Amino acid sequence: MLNHILSLMLLVPLLGAAICLFVDAKAARTVALAATLIDFALGIVLWNQYEVGGPRWQFQESAELFAGFSWKLGIDGIALMLIELSVFLMPICILASASIKKRVGEYMAAFLLMETLMIGVFSAQDLYLFYIMFEAGLIPMYLIIGIWGGADRIYASYKFFLYTLLGSVLMLIAMLWMVHEAGTTDIPTLMEYNFPVEAQKWLWLAFFASFAVKMPMWPVHTWLPDAHVQAPTAGSVILAGVLLKMGGYGFIRFSLPMFPEASAHFAWLVFALSMIAVVVTSLIALVQHDMKKLIAYSSVAHMAIVTVGLFAFNVQGLEGSMIVMLSHGLVSGALFLCVGVIYDRLHTREIDRYGGLSINMPKYALLFMLFTMASVGLPGTSGFVGEFLSLAGIYQVSSWVAFVAGTGVILGAAYMLYLYRRVAFGEQKNADAAAMTDLSAREVLMLAPIAAVVLWMGVYPESFLAPMRQDIATLDARLSQAKPEGDAKLTAGKPKAAAAHEEPAQHGGAH
Amino acid sequence: MDWSHSLRLVAPEELLSVASLVLLLGAAWARCARDARAITWLAVATLAACAVMVAPTAFTAARGPEVLAFGGLFAADAFAAYAKLLIYAAAGASLLVAPAFFEKLRAYRPEYPVLVLLAVAGMGIMVSATNLLTLYIGLELNSLAAYVLAAFLKDDDRSAEAGLKYFVLGALASGILLFGMSLTYGFTGTTSFTGIAAALQGGVSTGALFGVTFVMAGLAFKISAVPFHMWTPDVYEGAPTPVTLFFASAPKVAALALTMRVTLDAFGSQVAAWQQIVIVAALASIVVGALGAIGQTNIKRLLAYSSINNVGFLLIGLAAATPAGAAGMLVYLAIYVAMTVGGFVAVLMLKDAAGNQVEQIADIAGLSSHRKVLSACLAMIMFSLAGIPPLFGFWGKFVVFQAAVDAGLLPLAVIGIAASVIGAFYYLKVVKVMYFDEPVMKVTGQSNWIHQALLAASALFISPAGYLLTKCLGGLAAAAVAALLHAA
Repeated sequence: MLNHILSLMLLVPLLGAAICLFVDAKAARTVALAATLIDFALGIVLWNQYEVGGPRWQFQESAELFAGFSWKLGIDGIALMLIELSVFLMPICILASASIKKRVGEYMAAFLLMETLMIGVFSAQDLYLFYIMFEAGLIPMYLIIGIWGGADRIYASYKFFLYTLLGSVLMLIAMLWMVHEAGTTDIPTLMEYNFPVEAQKWLWLAFFASFAVKMPMWPVHTWLPDAHVQAPTAGSVILAGVLLKMGGYGFIRFSLPMFPEASAHFAWLVFALSMIAVVVTSLIALVQHDMKKLIAYSSVAHMAIVTVGLFAFNVQGLEGSMIVMLSHGLVSGALFLCVGVIYDRLHTREIDRYGGLSINMPKYALLFMLFTMASVGLPGTSGFVGEFLSLAGIYQVSSWVAFVAGTGVILGAAYMLYLYRRVAFGEQKNADAAAMTDLSAREVLMLAPIAAVVLWMGVYPESFLAPMRQDIATLDARLSQAKPEGDAKLTAGKPKAAAAHEEPAQHGGAH
Repeated sequence: MDWSHSLRLVAPEELLSVASLVLLLGAAWARCARDARAITWLAVATLAACAVMVAPTAFTAARGPEVLAFGGLFAADAFAAYAKLLIYAAAGASLLVAPAFFEKLRAYRPEYPVLVLLAVAGMGIMVSATNLLTLYIGLELNSLAAYVLAAFLKDDDRSAEAGLKYFVLGALASGILLFGMSLTYGFTGTTSFTGIAAALQGGVSTGALFGVTFVMAGLAFKISAVPFHMWTPDVYEGAPTPVTLFFASAPKVAALALTMRVTLDAFGSQVAAWQQIVIVAALASIVVGALGAIGQTNIKRLLAYSSINNVGFLLIGLAAATPAGAAGMLVYLAIYVAMTVGGFVAVLMLKDAAGNQVEQIADIAGLSSHRKVLSACLAMIMFSLAGIPPLFGFWGKFVVFQAAVDAGLLPLAVIGIAASVIGAFYYLKVVKVMYFDEPVMKVTGQSNWIHQALLAASALFISPAGYLLTKCLGGLAAAAVAALLHAA
């Protein structure tokens, strides 16, 4: 079974999706929950069996099914962590969908299909297989936003679809060229292949077009607030939690190792866009009246920290970016769930309609605060680890970028705490908001596991860093040929020679 | 000349001609709808028999001098066989869906299957033509049958208009084509493709270039590539839907196969002379097909623009002018036929409670709430036409773009694929109307099992399961192209 565990993880939700289409609403919920839980269990097995420090690519499988490309799967530590994130969030999404009342079977089928495709993206080892999985996600997400979304869902669904499609098709042309040049569709081989530097620049731009939209980076982020706001709660969780990570994964799997010189060449572009994004979207988040929109803009700001870290070309930056991605996946997902919890009760996302929720909803206020703090990056939560490492990494390259990106943390604290104050503290302005009941058992079941993982990642990030360490070191070695010179010029400090018992040795050395 | 050998090679065309004449005779005695139905089934059986006859040629990759009939006028090679299989399949589908459609209007006549068989015979000659004269005979046999088919609903003004429009513009295009052929003949001294290729080897004179250009213009009309596409939306909208299904699939395959043979075989030594024309036509078709579709409210017109758009993508494979490009086109054609048949069958299944056809896009609003399978199939076809993976339509686009990139036509590939995003917009519109809008409950009529079976078959073909066919399709297409280029 272990040889085909990845295929199995793809198959389980797919089968679940097929079943969901043919059964009634209640059965569909059960089937969907069961399928995601089985996949989560398989995910735990996968993590358990993953050999830290073992071969670079594990659980590989390969079958020559198609002309021109093949069914080739396999993961490294980076992919492993992102798969864990996906399978962890999926059962929670299914639980969060209790308020969906129409077309439940199709809804669950769309979600399960999404899960298959997400795992497929992270485990594909064939360039075209990756593309197919990457692109196919558009269809279920389009339907999720369009059918079950909010009032302005149609505009949002179009925008989401067409923006992402335009980015991706350019990447497809670049992939076609790469395969023509390198003569293989095997991703691990392509990661070692040295493309001519001039060509790398064009290829990098084509991939950038796709990943920058998915990520999303300023100024092509505008689909995200629309899509997030209009999507149903679980849709927002999946969008923020996992789909955005496909952009970051794309950078770390394709752009950086395949085109290191071009990545160094265009690092300024990434830095510039990220710096603008951090400041601009944080300021936009500060003035939002809609909770979901606020969190959506904060996602853009956090993702900018990820891109900055990725293009720092050092281990700290890369590790930090990965942790920010994982942390953001959990935290923004949890924040959307928190919004969903009160939206289900009052059917509004207006911040002003709430207030003083800590009085009537203490459990909710506690968890909401934890996630707010994690989003801000309070030490002890997952947010801190990632942001600290990313900023430390970028500081070695450019102190200006580190400075501007650092303001994001401050602004992040501003808009998140401001949000929390308006929602949870203050007086209870509205009677209906004051009458809301605290978290139900189902809602606790959704939020508590995320809270636990957020703390775990904040206190002992080693669990999450260990599987990725070797892969990031390999990537760093690969990037070293193109590493730009930083302005920080860090030198290791000289150890202070003072300890008394070392003196004889020094003494001896002097002679 | 070995007559018996030649006659054996054209056996499918002989069978089609004889069968159509016999059925025509039978039609004279047909009295009721049941007789017409029987004749339809006989016509389908004829097509099936023809398919059995040509299939071995496609699978054995037959090529070389032994497949040439009548002293090089006609080639029954693997390339022709591949195209004929697609043509037979598409024509068979258009025959199968016809009775239910026409009987509702009390307009079904046994001439319909006869005309389709005659058109198919013409198309068979087109795809096998290795001489300008054979080409013209096949083209006209097909076109004359098609003009009548477009006007088949005698009492419907739109149908009559479609027939007339098709005829006038078709005749003009035939004239342009003939003019180009005469110039080509005048400057090369031969009408045989091999002879033309040999004569153009040294270089192309201005006169011959004019000939090439005019031939290309005539062919562009037949494949409805921009700027010779104007007739398409009107004819597709006006013609009865089973006929539209036929026009959008079989003659497209025939005309594109013919275009491939003319360009890659006859003019194959002078790629530069026609490559620019193809590139411009391809990009223009993609863009105009996509932009034109956006404002459409009639689903048949929308599918007409979609076919213009698809021809643009097909021409990208031709523009590459490589074996891979040609093979990509053939693969795309197979997928295109499945999508077109599926699309029009789905349109045929859109009926109101009284059983009348529903053609307005607004009338299918909220279709997914009460016709789940139908709307799911139509949505799949739309996503597939838009080229979104994992549906099989993506693979068609993929192989032609791969050929274009491998041939070094990067700007063409980039512009073409970026323009495909415009196309995605209107395909999404249909899905949006079916899934996101409030139901209007207009489409409530039931459809018969033949429609359902055909829709299910095409939906299965374009589903991700279709990828399992990539090896088989790719192999057949590569063999076909090898046969085509071997003749050159």
